[in-house]
Amino acid sequence: MKTVVIGVIGADVHAVGNKIIDYVLTEKGYNVVNTGVLSSQEDFISAAIETDAKAILVSSLYGHGEMDCVFFKEKCEEAGLGHVKLYVGGNIVVGKQDFNKVEKRFKKMGFDRVYAPGMKIECALDDLREDIGI
Amino acid sequence: MKPYLLVDFGSTYTKLTCVDLEGEYIIGTSKAPTTVETNVLDGYDRALEWLMKDHPEIDEISGISACSSAAGGLKMAAIGLVEELTVEAAKRTCLGAGAIVTEVFSHHMNKREAKRLKEANIDIVLLAGGTDGGNKECIVHNAQKLKDVDIQVPVIIAGNKDAQDDIDEILENTGIEYYIVNNVMPKLKILNVKEAKHVIRKIFIDKIIEAKGIKKAEAKIGEIIMPTPEAVLLAAELLSNGYEDEEGYGELMIVDIGGATTDVHTMGDGYPKRTEVVLKGLQEPFAKRTVEGDLGMRYSANALLSLVSNFEFKKYFEEDDDCEHDIQTSLHRRAENVDFIPKTKSEEDFDEAIAKICCDMSMSRHVGHVEVVHTPLGEMYYQTGKDLTDLKYVIGTGGVLINHDDAKKILKQVNKKSDKKLELRPANPSILIDKSYILAAMGILSQKYPKIALKLMKQYLM
Repeated sequence: MKTVVIGVIGADVHAVGNKIIDYVLTEKGYNVVNTGVLSSQEDFISAAIETDAKAILVSSLYGHGEMDCVFFKEKCEEAGLGHVKLYVGGNIVVGKQDFNKVEKRFKKMGFDRVYAPGMKIECALDDLREDIGI
Repeated sequence: MKPYLLVDFGSTYTKLTCVDLEGEYIIGTSKAPTTVETNVLDGYDRALEWLMKDHPEIDEISGISACSSAAGGLKMAAIGLVEELTVEAAKRTCLGAGAIVTEVFSHHMNKREAKRLKEANIDIVLLAGGTDGGNKECIVHNAQKLKDVDIQVPVIIAGNKDAQDDIDEILENTGIEYYIVNNVMPKLKILNVKEAKHVIRKIFIDKIIEAKGIKKAEAKIGEIIMPTPEAVLLAAELLSNGYEDEEGYGELMIVDIGGATTDVHTMGDGYPKRTEVVLKGLQEPFAKRTVEGDLGMRYSANALLSLVSNFEFKKYFEEDDDCEHDIQTSLHRRAENVDFIPKTKSEEDFDEAIAKICCDMSMSRHVGHVEVVHTPLGEMYYQTGKDLTDLKYVIGTGGVLINHDDAKKILKQVNKKSDKKLELRPANPSILIDKSYILAAMGILSQKYPKIALKLMKQYLM
């Protein structure tokens, strides 16, 4: 069984989507390690090291995701987690912006998959299967 | 009358407590210097002789139980993967079993670290790393390193269960004494210390006691059942939880200011008390023990110099204290002469100030704290560690508190306002003193007679 780490990054306390992701991924056969709301980059990374996770799924709904995600990939590499897939989704930037540009910016930051507002976790499932298997 | 004898082979004194199991009272106590270097029974015999002389009414002793922290107590090394996760879980397991953690390693050990571990003066190694089903490569690597240096002390493996077979393959038939037990952190942030603690105690009884020359006492007094700090922790747990229809005291804390260390034990869940507080970090054990190796009255007195500036130190003297204290010289004097007993008012005041610092600083490190997070939904708080604000009782023990005329004054440091960060210290606890020095004895007694131990603690702690 593959392990994934999920959580809500930064000073964000939106718990509902986090619970839904936990539920769906568990149903689909993943070992879900949930760091919960108000998680720092270090919380995600420490959890991924101990649990040998294959992917980290970062949620952000309060608009400050871009700030919170800066240097995430670099820190992962520093911690020996360069091989771990990084996903991000939610309302990850301030206001309504062209998603293509947003996606480009996050990919440049080192995220492998970037999801637009309103996307369901089911959409990410296919990607997850492709990237890390089940 | 049915006298029962409880023995604590301490680092400095061998302490005896004699309890009447029928009348449920403490007949008497006595102590004599511990004699590990020659024959540990010499000190015991002397203490027993004094006890019998003071209490000729003791005719026959019906049973004996003992604990020990002599010859340096129980020293352990804790190894894990991530510092704030499995390393911390390993450390808490050792502390909860009554050990002092003197060596700590994280991630992949290198040759130098393994060599340092082998040369270190420790009794047991606890090797953790990875949740169950999580990282196994690191703990296997570290097991291999322990094999490479041919570690001479017992090793307890308490990490990812998936790694157990590999570790068996590495350590089997090597002559290394190892025990495989349940993971101390089976899931992220979940602590599971029971089996590992049990094995630590077993090794302590079977092996460590012998290596320290205390085993020979067993022929005369029966088995030495645990390290002294664990006995104190068990006493605290019993006093907190109660037993059968005898009610306990609820959430409580024990502060033990000793010559070398300051130990703090708390019984309580310490969960957040408000909805806007989010708990962070590794789960806390209900019975939590922390040991501060740099806070003590004698052996570690010099360490205070680097922890507290002269300016801060002076704040711990009483306001009406008009003695001139040379802080540096006074601390050196105590560290070099660990049997130092204060004689003058000035020396007593100085000891009191050291005790206050030990109490205040150990509290800062033991209790949980909160940090403010500003979110779009308003202020939220991270809580790390235990919230002890509603804690009901603080109990003081250890030489300086027991022999002090006004020990409660020292213990008032526990709820001193700290300007460092938002600490979750007990807000308004009742303060009790272990005046008859019985806590460790009651911990051992609780193994056979929990109800009597509980009643005696309620009676004698004041």
